[in-house]
Amino acid sequence: MATVFIPGSMRDLTGGQAEIEVHGSTVRDIVDELDVAHPGVKDWLVDGNRLKPSLSVAVDGVVSPLGLLQDVEGDSEVHFVAAIAGGC
Amino acid sequence: MSDQSYEPSMVLATKTFDVVGTRPVRHDGADKVTGRAIYGADVTLPGLIHGAVLRSPHAHARIKSIDTSKAEAHPQVRAVVTSADIADAGDKTVDLGEGLTRLAFIRNNVLARAKVLYRGHAVAAVAAASVHDALEALNLIEVEYEPLPPVLTAPEAMKEGASLLHDDLTTTELGKPTDKLSNVASHFRHEKGDIEKGFADADLILEKEFDTSTVHQGYIEPHNTTALWNNDGRIQIWTSTQGPFTIRDTTAAILEKPVSQVRVTPTEIGGGFGGKIPVYIDPVAALLSKKSGHPVKIVMSRADVLEGTGPTPGSHIKVKMGVKNDGTMVAAQASLAYEAGAFPGAMVIPASMCVFAAYDIPNVMIDGYDVVVNKPSTAAYRAPGATNAAFATENIVSAMAEKLGVDPLDLRLNNASKKGTRRADGPKFPRIGCVEVLEAMKSHPHYSAPLEGPNRGRGVAIGFWFNAGLPSACNIAVNADGSITLVEGSPDIGGTRTSIAMQAAEVLGLPIENVSPSVVDTDSVGYTAVTGGSRVTFATGLAAIRAARDVRDQMIKRAARIWGVDADTVEFEKGVFISRNGTENRMTFAELAPQLAATGGPIVGRAGVNPPGVGGSFAGNIVDVEIDPETGKVTILRFTAFQDAGKAIHPSYVEGQMQGGSAQGIGWALNEEYFMNPDGKMMNSSLLDYRMPTSLDLPMIDTCIIEVANPGHPFGARGVGEANIIPPPAALAHAIHNAVDIDMRRLPMNPVAVMEAIWQKNGVTD
Repeated sequence: MATVFIPGSMRDLTGGQAEIEVHGSTVRDIVDELDVAHPGVKDWLVDGNRLKPSLSVAVDGVVSPLGLLQDVEGDSEVHFVAAIAGGC
Repeated sequence: MSDQSYEPSMVLATKTFDVVGTRPVRHDGADKVTGRAIYGADVTLPGLIHGAVLRSPHAHARIKSIDTSKAEAHPQVRAVVTSADIADAGDKTVDLGEGLTRLAFIRNNVLARAKVLYRGHAVAAVAAASVHDALEALNLIEVEYEPLPPVLTAPEAMKEGASLLHDDLTTTELGKPTDKLSNVASHFRHEKGDIEKGFADADLILEKEFDTSTVHQGYIEPHNTTALWNNDGRIQIWTSTQGPFTIRDTTAAILEKPVSQVRVTPTEIGGGFGGKIPVYIDPVAALLSKKSGHPVKIVMSRADVLEGTGPTPGSHIKVKMGVKNDGTMVAAQASLAYEAGAFPGAMVIPASMCVFAAYDIPNVMIDGYDVVVNKPSTAAYRAPGATNAAFATENIVSAMAEKLGVDPLDLRLNNASKKGTRRADGPKFPRIGCVEVLEAMKSHPHYSAPLEGPNRGRGVAIGFWFNAGLPSACNIAVNADGSITLVEGSPDIGGTRTSIAMQAAEVLGLPIENVSPSVVDTDSVGYTAVTGGSRVTFATGLAAIRAARDVRDQMIKRAARIWGVDADTVEFEKGVFISRNGTENRMTFAELAPQLAATGGPIVGRAGVNPPGVGGSFAGNIVDVEIDPETGKVTILRFTAFQDAGKAIHPSYVEGQMQGGSAQGIGWALNEEYFMNPDGKMMNSSLLDYRMPTSLDLPMIDTCIIEVANPGHPFGARGVGEANIIPPPAALAHAIHNAVDIDMRRLPMNPVAVMEAIWQKNGVTD
């Protein structure tokens, strides 16, 4: 199962849990699975059929431009992080 | 048919390619040195008229009325616009590629609506037959203001009862909206481990506060734009920008046009450094064009640039770090309050990702505050946010080393982040070069060279920037003479035409002279994100690699057709197609190129990417200084810049980025600041008074490129445009400390600040 790291600001939706193991082969699966166990997670992360524009997802340390469509391995680490661009 | 590529996770010093890693002359060099390159101010069109912008004299005021009738009556005036010519955005949000933004913030920054929020805020604009007529007509516009008290720093703006910039801005507190009206747009937090336990385990805890001033990117070419609102409703814009697609999308959003109705041509650009990403005058010129029926050009003055465009945030930073006596860092805590300027969006999120990124510390807590103040809306500036943060962190790390009696580079090496280190904001690092940069610094002759004499000191510091990926597109067409034309959409600030062309040349086995690269308008290439985040050589380079591979694969099929063999039997080695199916057939790229029309038609390779695999970059400095104890002047005696470039695609351009970033970091450290009076007026809005370093102020900046391959790029490239600006202020503060035993916690460290610190150390009170 993939390990999802829950941002501090989202932990009231997960009963304070900071790390949750979840089945799924894509980030979309992971979010759907999380939302079943912890209702409200999907609303927090997703806008329509994509991650909220203010968020990115990092799978195994690599920020993925594919967002919800990114594949996830059984032992992956999944982080939801702020979406930013750079300056030069 | 395998592509040459680096083995991931190895140091590359001995690796060579045919084109990548060489130092060819840049394609745009002749035009630049002969003055033939077309910059925005050079653009001219039939019927061109000129625009000028009226700016607020107040840092904070309500606009009670604007009367443009006298300006409109001026015989040479063709059009006048105010915010009344732009629809009220209400609470509508738009996604312009960097997250959701309130459209009202963007529109109200372009032309103020109900309030002016900084001195220099655009209020109205005029188009007239000449620039002089336009400037004269500005004086005829009558604006009645109700001045309000300004707030000019983050701590001031965060106080209870502070004057509020926005009537409807509430704080997003740890991800949750609140209904508290405030100048704090958001407060967020990153946590790792147990911060209280970490400090309890520490043998030595240091805690300090730091302030950094607002500084400008200081690009030499002012903002400029020429806009034509065609009779068919289509808008054409020629502008100096880091992001033509950003200008297109933002202008379309402001003017409520579909993006297909806006075409943006990026002219040559005289510097940007992050400051030429936002939109300021393009939609204003477009509106003036619509009203007047003429193309309209606006060129900012230097005062317009300094007072009316986005500098990088000033900040108030608290850092507390704990270390064990054996030199193991065990806890780190930061509070980062960054000035957003007039509208939310301070560069505090990237600052939070970088403030402790260089170190593997088990217990971390980082609080970030995005605070609006009555200064221009801030913009990116090379590694935005990270320089401020490193100034604080590196001060404490060097002070820890001094108190523990260990070498400052050894303390850093003992705690350096490496592959697998988890950052406080969550993800683990992929392969990075922090250790290699520190080892290069420690073994460099500069570090062991004697430094003798009074009032002299040596300092060190490091910094991290994560770099960006983002979308890029590239097309490559094959010419009959065996050359290729390469079309891309990344404005070339630092030689990227050539660094991108080199990657295509490497794939196709061509000499770089046989690649003709062009940066084109938004109708002529696929969406390409801004030249920013040190992304172009990495991401647009990757698009060029894939487009070249597309060309190669198509040409293999043509060669196979000519030879009557299966395409799978054709290989491509260093510019030669080879079939070893029984008899050996060979044909060079140049021999096949003229046969394309007869074998199926022209070949065009194309690629669009939005790549993962971005490689972050570490940079470090060793600097020697001498302080004049009578004046406080800091003279830099020697400066060496180190940076992990991954594979340096064009080493001269990497060195140029390192030297340029270092020079800007030195200016930020020693001279530059927005000097504001209590009313919020910038008192030094010219380059005579806003003191950027010149070549006479600096020694030769020596460079040392470290090459730790980025596994996410076929040639191992990392972005190099930004990390180099991060360490100079911290390294200089360390050097000043070692020279005259003072602790500099405020930028700039100008002679006044140095003398005040010396007097304070000596107990001089007046």
